[in-house]
Amino acid sequence: MNRQRLRLGERAIESAIFAGGVAAIVIVGLIMFFLFREGLPLFGNTSAAGFFFGKKWQPSSEPPQFGLLPNLWGSFLVTLGAAVIAVPLGVGTAVYIRYIAPRRLAGFLKGFVELMGAVPSVAVGFVGAVALSPLIKDFLHLDTGKSAIVGSVLLAFLAIPTITTIAEDAMSMVPKEYFQGSVALGATYWQTIYRVLIPAARPGIVAAIMLGLGRAIGETMVVIMVTGNAGLLPDHGVWHAFTHSVRTITGTIGAEALEVAQGEPHYQALFMLGVVLLLITVAFNSLAVTALGRTRRTART
Amino acid sequence: MSLVLAHNKRDSRILAQKLAFAAVALIAAAVVIPILGLFGFIAFQGASKVNWDFLTKNPSALDASGGIFPAIIGTAWLIVFTILLAMPLGVIGAVYLTEYGGRSKLVTLVRAAIVNLAGVPSIVHGLFGLGCFVFFVGGSIDRIILRTSKPVWGQPCLLWGACTLAVVILPIVIKSTEEALAAVPKSFREGSQALGATKWETIRRIILPAALPEILTGAVLGIGRATGETAPVMLTCAASFKPTLPQGLGDQAMLLPYHLYFVVTQVPNAKMDTKSAIALVLISFVAASSIVVILLRSKFKKARKW
Repeated sequence: MNRQRLRLGERAIESAIFAGGVAAIVIVGLIMFFLFREGLPLFGNTSAAGFFFGKKWQPSSEPPQFGLLPNLWGSFLVTLGAAVIAVPLGVGTAVYIRYIAPRRLAGFLKGFVELMGAVPSVAVGFVGAVALSPLIKDFLHLDTGKSAIVGSVLLAFLAIPTITTIAEDAMSMVPKEYFQGSVALGATYWQTIYRVLIPAARPGIVAAIMLGLGRAIGETMVVIMVTGNAGLLPDHGVWHAFTHSVRTITGTIGAEALEVAQGEPHYQALFMLGVVLLLITVAFNSLAVTALGRTRRTART
Repeated sequence: MSLVLAHNKRDSRILAQKLAFAAVALIAAAVVIPILGLFGFIAFQGASKVNWDFLTKNPSALDASGGIFPAIIGTAWLIVFTILLAMPLGVIGAVYLTEYGGRSKLVTLVRAAIVNLAGVPSIVHGLFGLGCFVFFVGGSIDRIILRTSKPVWGQPCLLWGACTLAVVILPIVIKSTEEALAAVPKSFREGSQALGATKWETIRRIILPAALPEILTGAVLGIGRATGETAPVMLTCAASFKPTLPQGLGDQAMLLPYHLYFVVTQVPNAKMDTKSAIALVLISFVAASSIVVILLRSKFKKARKW
C-alpha cells in the first residue's frame, strides 16, 4: 500500500519533470506562434510583396509604407562591418590565449574576455554615443556621428567575446598529437599553429564566427543609440553607406515598438520584422551547430 | 655550404615566428585596450557623482540629475521575480536532460530548442513578451476576469517583465545546472539506488544537494545577464520616469539599464557625469556578479571532494 503510494508520487513527479524538460520546446514554439499571430495580419492590410520587396520604411506617410529592404540592408551593412573587425581580432585573441600567452596572462585574458561578454550592451552604446561617435565623426570628417561605421565598431566588440571563447574552446579540442607530430617533423611553433592547429580547429572557428555574428545582427541597444535609425537603400556605394545613418531591423523595432498600438498595421509590421530577424538568427545558429558537430567528430578521430 | 643555407633558413623561420607572435599579441592588445578605455571612461566620468545621495534619492524630471533610487529598487524587484521564475523551471529542465532523458530523440529536440532559445535576439524576446504576456495573457485577464476596458494587467508591468526575462535567462540556467549535475559522479547515483532509494529520492536527497553550489553559480550568472538586459524590459516593464517605488507586480517600474538608455537618448540636457554614473552603477553590478561567478567556479573546482 505504502509502496504503491510511493510509486504514484514518483510517477507524478516524473511527469512534472517531463513537463519542465520540454518547456524549452514549448517556449520556442510560443515565440514563433506569437510573432506570427501579431505580425501576419499585416498582409490583410498591405500586400506581402509590399513588405518583403518594399524599398521604403515610412510608417507615417500616407499611405504608410512598411518595406523590409532598407531594414535588411542596414542590418547586413553593420554586421558586415562588425565581421571585418571582429573576425581577425576575435580569432587572433583566441590564438594568443591558447598558444602564445604565458599561462598566467592567458588565465587573466580568459577572465577578461568573459567579463567583456557580460558588459551590458546599453553601456557600450552609451560610451559609443558620447565618446566614439564624435571621435569618428571628426576623424573621418562626417556630417553626423550617427553612422553605420560606429555601430559596426561597437557590434564588433560585442561579438568578440563570443568568437574568442568558442574559437579557443575549439582549439583546445585539437588532439595534442597534432602539435607533437608537427614539431617533431621540424616545424616551428608558429608554422604548427598556422598550418596544423588552426586548420584542424577550423569548423569550430567557423561556428564561433557564426555565433558571434548572430549576436551582432540581433543586437539592439547599440544600434539604436549610434546608427541614427534612419536611412534608405544605398545609392552612393558602400563607403557612403558606412559613413551615414542606417536603419536596422533591431533599431526599427526598438525605437518604434513603444509608439504603436496593438493591432494597427505599424505594430503588425514590427512583428513581421521580428519574424525575419528570428529566422536570420536561427539560420546563423543552425550553421554554427552543424559546424560544431563537425569539430567534435574531428576531435574524436 | 648547404649547412650555412640551412642555418639561414632556420633564422628566417625564427624571425617569421617572432613577427607573427608579436602581431598576434598586438591583436590581443587591440581587444583589451579599447575595453579598458571603456571601463576607464565610465569610471573617470562617473565616479565623482556616485555617492550615497545618488544611490538613495529620486531623479529630477528636468535633467535626470539627483539620484537613481527608484531604478535600483525596480531592478532589484525585477531580478528577484525573474530568478524565482527561471530557477525552478531551469533546474527541472536540466534534471530532465541529465537524469531522465537519456539519448532519446526528444532530448535532441530539447537541446536544439535550448540552443535556438539562447540565440533569440533580445528585442525579439521583447516583442514576444509584449504580444504574449502583456497583450494576450494580461489583456485576457482584464477582459475575461476583471471585465474592464481600462488596462490593469494588459500593460507593461513588473510581472510581465520578469516573465520575459525568465525566458531570456532560461538557457543559461539550464546549461549551468546541467553541467553541475553532470559533475556529480555516477557512483553517487548507484550507491543511493543500491540502498533502495527511488530515482526521485536520489535526485532530491543526493544529486541536487551535491550540485547546489554550482547551481547557485548559474543563478548568479543569470542575475548578471538579467540586470543588463534592456530590449526585453523596454517593451514589457520599464517606466521612463516614475519617482514612486513599485508597490506590486502590477506596477511599471524604472529600471537601471532602461534609465541609462532613456537619459542618454531622450534627455538632451542631462549632464555627462549623471549619465556616466548610471552606467558605472550598472557596470559595477554586472561586473561584480561576473567576478563572483569566476571566483565561485574556481573555488568549487578546488573544494570538490570527489
